[in-house]
Amino acid sequence: MAEPTNVLELSDVHKSYGTGSPLEVEILHGIDLRLQRGEFAALIGPSGSGKSTLLNLIGLLDRPTGGHLAIDGQPTSGLDDTGLTRLRGRRIGFVFQHHLLIPAFTALENVMMPMLVDRGRPDAEMRERAATLLEQVGLGERMNNPASQLSGGQQQRVAIARALVMRPSLVLADEPTGNLDTHSADGVFALMREINVARQTTFLIVTHDPRLAQRCDRHIELVDGRIVADRPN
Amino acid sequence: MHPWLPFEWIAATRFLREGRMQSLLIIVGVGVGVSVIVFMSALLSGLQSNLVKRTLSSQAHIVLLPPEEVARPQRDDDGDLGPLLQKQAQRLRSIDQWQKIRDRLGALPEIAAVSPVASGPAFAVRGDANKSVTLLGIEPEHYTRIIALDEKIVAGKLRLNAGDTVIGIELAKDLGAGVGDKLRLNSGSGATDTLTITGLFDLGNKGVNARNVYVGLRSAQTLLDLVGGISSFDLSLVDIYSAETLAQHLAAETGLQADSWIKTNAQFFTALTSQRISSNVIRFFVGLSVAFGIASVLVVSVVQRAKEIGILRAMGATRGQLLRTFLLQGGIVGLCGSMIGSALAALFLALWQTLARNPDGTPLFVISVEPSLVFIAAAGATLVGTLAAFIPARRAAGLDPVVAIRG
Ligand SMILES: Nc1ncnc2c1ncn2[C@@H]1O[C@H](COP(=O)(O)OP(=O)(O)OP(=O)(O)O)[C@@H](O)[C@H]1O
Ligand SMILES: [Mg+2]
Repeated sequence: MAEPTNVLELSDVHKSYGTGSPLEVEILHGIDLRLQRGEFAALIGPSGSGKSTLLNLIGLLDRPTGGHLAIDGQPTSGLDDTGLTRLRGRRIGFVFQHHLLIPAFTALENVMMPMLVDRGRPDAEMRERAATLLEQVGLGERMNNPASQLSGGQQQRVAIARALVMRPSLVLADEPTGNLDTHSADGVFALMREINVARQTTFLIVTHDPRLAQRCDRHIELVDGRIVADRPN
Repeated sequence: MHPWLPFEWIAATRFLREGRMQSLLIIVGVGVGVSVIVFMSALLSGLQSNLVKRTLSSQAHIVLLPPEEVARPQRDDDGDLGPLLQKQAQRLRSIDQWQKIRDRLGALPEIAAVSPVASGPAFAVRGDANKSVTLLGIEPEHYTRIIALDEKIVAGKLRLNAGDTVIGIELAKDLGAGVGDKLRLNSGSGATDTLTITGLFDLGNKGVNARNVYVGLRSAQTLLDLVGGISSFDLSLVDIYSAETLAQHLAAETGLQADSWIKTNAQFFTALTSQRISSNVIRFFVGLSVAFGIASVLVVSVVQRAKEIGILRAMGATRGQLLRTFLLQGGIVGLCGSMIGSALAALFLALWQTLARNPDGTPLFVISVEPSLVFIAAAGATLVGTLAAFIPARRAAGLDPVVAIRG
């Protein structure tokens, strides 16, 4: 039985690419990991160690080739694509390195998007929630700007607001500051921390920046597809 | 973002708007294709209805005649079969109990008008001129509901009292006669009558204008030795294209011979059909290239938007939502294209009508883009666009978000 406080639970998770072909290669070799509500954890490790691969599995963008993965105590192996998509949309927020806003929409509309695809139609509540979040991330003035006309740091703030709009239990960030200058990076990082404290949202952040990793509560270190160290900071 | 629109509509229209040039070019491309189809359809149906109208301006939809007399083997006294299967002598035959039949026909809902006619061959004589004509005895109040003779009078008027006749402009020219002049008619049965020309008609057909001589029903009955009888019924129908089926039905019902305008103009219909087939072939291929155009633009757009599609999937958009988003883009391109196409077609038609003119400068015939045609084009183009979008839409829905986001 999973403890209800476990936002994320992985046991013996494997991931291979090219399954069944002669080029089959296993990237993750039996990952065990638990994240509890309110944790602010850094996932670190050398390039190619499998951090993004792991994050994609946790984010239900991809399926493990072995092992068990549960989000909020709900096992995911039995879900079909639509089930995974719904669970992902409601429980998990993403922040990617390359901001990845949708340029055809305004900042506000980008933030509304997870709610829009979940509910099917726009409504006043999602507009309000998105506007409030944009104000929280300091972009209240830029709400109606097209996404493509924002600076890198601003885009990443919009992406964070978007990741939060569904009030997810877990936010996954893959090098969220990798494309930003030091000043913006600090701002974005502080923002995530602030939200983590205020809402008890769990964060799992991949970062190459030791300075930022230093500001997380827990360090999970991945080397060659294995967790070699997992310690509080 | 309008509150009542579903996600798919919002995304489809935004994507199309964002891809300005690409969207514009494909919509114009679809428009050109649709305009060809609409122009061709309008031209063809205009041509057809014009030809039909011309044909039917001097012809009844169905003509009912006495049954062909079956040639009977003649028996010799000694019981041998005679050597000849002999047709009965050519003599005008009358329709038995025609008043009863007329009342029955008049009660049928498919039939708009019934007109009894007593007709036969005759000679029109004036001075030295002597012309072979078809004598038609009519009741004008009924006959004009079948052929608008009253509207075709170019001189005098349609008055057919005893002693009156109305003739065509060609015959008038041939005989050198005009309104008010006398005309002698000799019928095949030897009867003769001298009539006053009260009007001249132009039914738009040279043969008819040279041949038809209208008199009152009673005068014709006397001249043709058909006293009290008639030789045929002219019918006009509610639906002209049901003429052949109805004719067969009436033949079986009344025992009379029934000739529909479709049968008497069989050649015309064959020409029309082959024209329609070739235009359908053209329509099909234009439609096909429109479909390929839409599909290829959307395939490119799916590739260009792979990242956005991936991010939408990461945010919880289902495969179905993305499938519908791209199907809709195809449909919208088709619909917008059809509007441009209909407008272009109307322009082409206007242009064509200024070019295609009779020698006297009047338009060859009047055609227009019917609202129903615009509607059909819109529905068709939307459908074709949606179908064409199917392959790109499936690609969008099937994209692996991991690959798309990393890519
Ligand atoms: N689709 C794939 N097919 C085959 N191999 C893959 C695929 N995706 C990733 N890999 C391999 O898996 C390994 C881990 O990749 P991953 O992107 O998870 O590393 P990472 O730790 O995120 O590295 P970085 O810090 O550079 O982002 C790499 O060796 C990569 O080549
Ligand atoms: Mg990575």
